[in-house]
Amino acid sequence: MLVPLAQNLVSGILVGALYGLAAVGLSLTFGVTKFLNVAHGELLMFGGYASFWVFSLLGVDPFLTLPSTILFLLLIGVLLYKLLFSRMIKLTEEAKVKNTMLIAFGLSLILQNIALRLWTADDRAITTTYSRLALTAFGVRLPVVRLASLVIALVCLLALHLFLQRTYTGKAIRATVEDWAAATLVGIDIHRVYLVSFILGVVLAGVAGALVSVGYSIMPTMGLEWTLIALIVMVLGGLGNIMGTFVGGLILGVTQSATSYFVGGTYREVVGLLIFVLVLVFRPQGLFGTKQG
Amino acid sequence: MSRYHDPRGATNDENAHKGLGYGARKHFQGGKLVALAALLVALALLAAFPLLVKRENIVNLGCLVLLYVALASSWNILGGYTGQTNLGHAAFFGLGTLATRLLWRAGTPLWLSLPASGCLAVAFALLIGLPAFRLRGAYFAIGTLALAQILYVTVGNVFPTISALPPKVLASYQLLPRYYLFLGLALFTVATSYFLARSRLGLGMMAVREEEDAAESLGVSALRHKLLALSLSAFLAGLAGGAFAYYHVGYYPQLPFAPVWTFDSVMMAYLGGTGTTIGPVIGAAFFVVVKEFLALRLVDLHQIVFGVLFILVVLFLPGGLVEAWARLQRALARRSQRRGPGLAGSEARSGPAKSE
Repeated sequence: MLVPLAQNLVSGILVGALYGLAAVGLSLTFGVTKFLNVAHGELLMFGGYASFWVFSLLGVDPFLTLPSTILFLLLIGVLLYKLLFSRMIKLTEEAKVKNTMLIAFGLSLILQNIALRLWTADDRAITTTYSRLALTAFGVRLPVVRLASLVIALVCLLALHLFLQRTYTGKAIRATVEDWAAATLVGIDIHRVYLVSFILGVVLAGVAGALVSVGYSIMPTMGLEWTLIALIVMVLGGLGNIMGTFVGGLILGVTQSATSYFVGGTYREVVGLLIFVLVLVFRPQGLFGTKQG
Repeated sequence: MSRYHDPRGATNDENAHKGLGYGARKHFQGGKLVALAALLVALALLAAFPLLVKRENIVNLGCLVLLYVALASSWNILGGYTGQTNLGHAAFFGLGTLATRLLWRAGTPLWLSLPASGCLAVAFALLIGLPAFRLRGAYFAIGTLALAQILYVTVGNVFPTISALPPKVLASYQLLPRYYLFLGLALFTVATSYFLARSRLGLGMMAVREEEDAAESLGVSALRHKLLALSLSAFLAGLAGGAFAYYHVGYYPQLPFAPVWTFDSVMMAYLGGTGTTIGPVIGAAFFVVVKEFLALRLVDLHQIVFGVLFILVVLFLPGGLVEAWARLQRALARRSQRRGPGLAGSEARSGPAKSE
């Protein structure tokens, strides 16, 4: 009785770390630029396939495919920003959110169908020689691959945290979140801040996708589900709150696992969405956010 | 300012007709007669369509166009007129299919099942309306998307098996009554949308869209207008769902709840022109016909074409095809003005100034 429950909890935490990582990217982009990139899940899916491709064509270890995946997503991010999203900078906030959402919605359709063309509709997963390895503690299995993913997710978060706290660009990003007009006045290049934030969001989605393809499985239609997950976690954690967002991811992961355990796996998705709607309506600043004007 | 990014430039053009100056009034009334005649001809053609074209696949395509006209037009009431981007439209459509399928298959006559579909959708709309309208803008959009997804997954869990028509019904299945049901549905929806846009209620909705706080200050209750728009939109989508349940031979009950119904509705409304009556109609016809054409030639790549088209419309043509047409007319008017300033000049000048 206790062991299966603990197993569920652990699984929830492991998948929750990926939720957190996926959501941090979305939250960063949205918090800084107010671009509501609902193609985030599709970009995550592209990250997964990028790793899958390099792994299956070149036989590279999945965790070593991360640099190439990051590079690939970086290029996509720059392209999307220059081509589409940079046109939205000058709009008012409300119009920016709405128009970027619509554009990203068209984009998700495009990306999803490109993926269908390139990689077919099948479920794919990266299976390595050590995929089945697991540590066992008190009867609870800890798959090595997922543990490694958790570590990588934590490293990414730490790196992001240090980047935002210690570097000039990071400080510029935070200043822009606080007050973009004042940031411009003190000489911060808003366009660069927007570009960097957008690309960081895309790259983080890609890393999350790569990790999903290793520990779980990917398919071209996974985008919407992951976009919703990222949105749920973003709202749970509160905008622009990196640690809060990550904890939000863990909460969602554990809640989903608990739901699978007590109610049934088919309602996994529903419980997250329910929480999402409730939080949106009753606590729009997020669980860990403080009320702002 | 708001004109630039809000995809509804065409509404202004449409309303602008009412403001045409003295010189144009006579011409306009003649135009009204012509429009009426064109409408009657179009109706006659639509009614005769399945009799003239006997090929079943073409009639089916006609059914699809009419269904999509109803879906896009009903979405437009909340999404276009009232400016609330609703990404949960599939929920209303799906609930409509559920009600009619269950009632009609259990022996309830169709004329009772269909309104029940509409009412079920309205009941759900009212249930979610109050909490959802606490959210503004994008939060409303993703909130409604989440609600629709909840229903999508839940219905899939509760009704996991395919819903096929009983053999007795299948044996006597006829396409013609289905076509006319869809035609009636589309006409009813478009007529509702048309008269709404010209009513006090519709104007209130547009006021809420343009500037919620300003509308409130003039005594237009934003919440009331949003709820009414949502209910009306849901009712019509529910009816569309009922017609779909009567039409479709066999499908998984989850299917009509799929987000693609919402996304298609949004896309059609934007392609044609949101906030206008005719926009979603044009958008739906364009969408279905072009999609069919492309699907035959490009297989799954047609979705990419629509994705690109949609992005282009949002970026460069926020009023959709309706705006493209208006721009074309303006360009033509300018040309004829240059050629013969004495003739067409007065008419062109009498229109309200355009900020372009």
